[in-house]
Amino acid sequence: MAMTMTQKILAAHAGLDEVKAGQLIMADVDLVLGNDITTPVAVNEFRKNGFEQVFDKQKIAIVPDHFTPNKDIKAAEQCKFIREFAYEQEIENYFEVGEMGIEHALIPEQGLAVPGDVIIGADSHTCTYGALGAFSTGIGSTDMAAAMATGKTWFKVPGAIKFTLTGRPGKWVSGKDIILHIIGMIGVDGALYRSMEFVGDGIAHLSMDSRFTMANMAIEAGAKNGIFLVDDQTLAYVKEHSTKPYTVYEPDPDAEYEAEYTIDLSKIRPTVAFPHLPENTRTIDEVGSIKIDQVVIGSCTNGRIEDIRVAASILKGRKVANGVRVIVFPATQKIYLQALREGLIEQLIEAGAVVSTPTCGPCLGGHMGILASGERAVATTNRNFVGRMGHPESEVYLASPAVAAASALTGRISNPEDIAD
Amino acid sequence: MQVQGTVFKYGDNVDTDVIIPARYLNTSDPKELAQHCMEDIDRDFVSRVQPGDIIVAGKNFGCGSSREHAPLAIKAAGVSVVIAATFARIFYRNAINIGLPILECPEAVERIEAGDELAVDFTSGVITNLTRNESYQGQPFPKFMQDLIAAGGLLSYIKKQKG
Repeated sequence: MAMTMTQKILAAHAGLDEVKAGQLIMADVDLVLGNDITTPVAVNEFRKNGFEQVFDKQKIAIVPDHFTPNKDIKAAEQCKFIREFAYEQEIENYFEVGEMGIEHALIPEQGLAVPGDVIIGADSHTCTYGALGAFSTGIGSTDMAAAMATGKTWFKVPGAIKFTLTGRPGKWVSGKDIILHIIGMIGVDGALYRSMEFVGDGIAHLSMDSRFTMANMAIEAGAKNGIFLVDDQTLAYVKEHSTKPYTVYEPDPDAEYEAEYTIDLSKIRPTVAFPHLPENTRTIDEVGSIKIDQVVIGSCTNGRIEDIRVAASILKGRKVANGVRVIVFPATQKIYLQALREGLIEQLIEAGAVVSTPTCGPCLGGHMGILASGERAVATTNRNFVGRMGHPESEVYLASPAVAAASALTGRISNPEDIAD
Repeated sequence: MQVQGTVFKYGDNVDTDVIIPARYLNTSDPKELAQHCMEDIDRDFVSRVQPGDIIVAGKNFGCGSSREHAPLAIKAAGVSVVIAATFARIFYRNAINIGLPILECPEAVERIEAGDELAVDFTSGVITNLTRNESYQGQPFPKFMQDLIAAGGLLSYIKKQKG
């Protein structure tokens, strides 16, 4: 029977020749991931049920990134709790502040995700690694505990939606605009329970960083995972970052899809999602005059080097608008250092932005840039739900780093085409 | 097994940020979390909810974050079952794994109003609306899920299998 890319990976990890949509399977996992919010619950479950040892201390990653550097006493206690667990279990991939980055930027950078892997993480944006041709998906803390104990987890095999990407995106259009466009088209439950498979010759025009952004936001369409075909760029990335063995899967030519879309990337405009759902999208030409108080550039969605470069290229030699607070979060220490060496941090600071150590920070309303009632932010993050970045009466507009940086200069949501040279 | 309670009704795409805002995630104590349950969508929920009460919502309930704190908060607030047109997939898994009963039933969601009194039978999936004298057929759990719930959640199920 013909299978999608995701189905092939799942079949291989369940020891089966084939699987079909709807089938319940038990699969081996290559990596189990948790953060400082979800791991404490998992550790409690793990211990409460009498498990003493994790199944494989190399195949677990714990990244305290949400409320770190510790934002308050309770957050510090949670971090201490998981740190002690990581030491006790000799977890090899525990990343302390100093090595820590935002988990979904850090895991690929550390070479812990490669094509053909099955990765589960107690964080909904675990689907990011689909950019590398891996099956990865978010689960909860109890699932994390069970997988830490057994190295296995259960899945209902998903059906899939196929997105054939063609053409080359415009200069100021990146993965963020494309995925927002898609979510606007199919809705926040448009891919519920299903895989989003990205194929087509347009992929070649998308950088790895753009692909990470797109796979990252598959969850915002309700998808179980988003996955890209593996190409030369993917293999070059893997070669640079990892020594793990990998397997490249391709969908069967006659694989069944529940829906198919063709998207011409050359037609995509810079896109913004209005409050309070990622599906409330408008092109930059339709946004009107929206005054803003804060700009956030960072997160597991858009805190990679390409994102910092784009933002700096727009802010360089200019000044942030009066009354606008601009906060930039390089997603990992390595990205931060790279940005520093390229002179980008200096450009950002001279323009009037602040640059933070890696943290999820304000993306989920944790710390480092919380909004007051009535305030508006343009953010390169992934969610604009009610209260997401602070007060329930604040507003978040999701956009690309280029739109965010352009908006920082004018104090209104702006088109990078109107500002850049 | 049957439960009975009064309905709190919400719309589509109720996300985990409104079920339990991230500003309270510096604890995982279910009782503490329950004190802020639904806070950003319904300020009165916590003061009004009684043990056994029922949440009814539209499509994609529990979308967003993977935080298990969301079903934990709902369960600790005393809610006996959540009925929705559809559930976001991570919330669906988490609810089952921690033993919060959930039922998908678009028809029920259309008919039921806030304040209705319901009786829900988990084995058959039948929802009886005592206020309106009608009943709806929800989708009962597949056997795999029923076994998991009967075992007392995912980890006890695994321990039993390993037995």
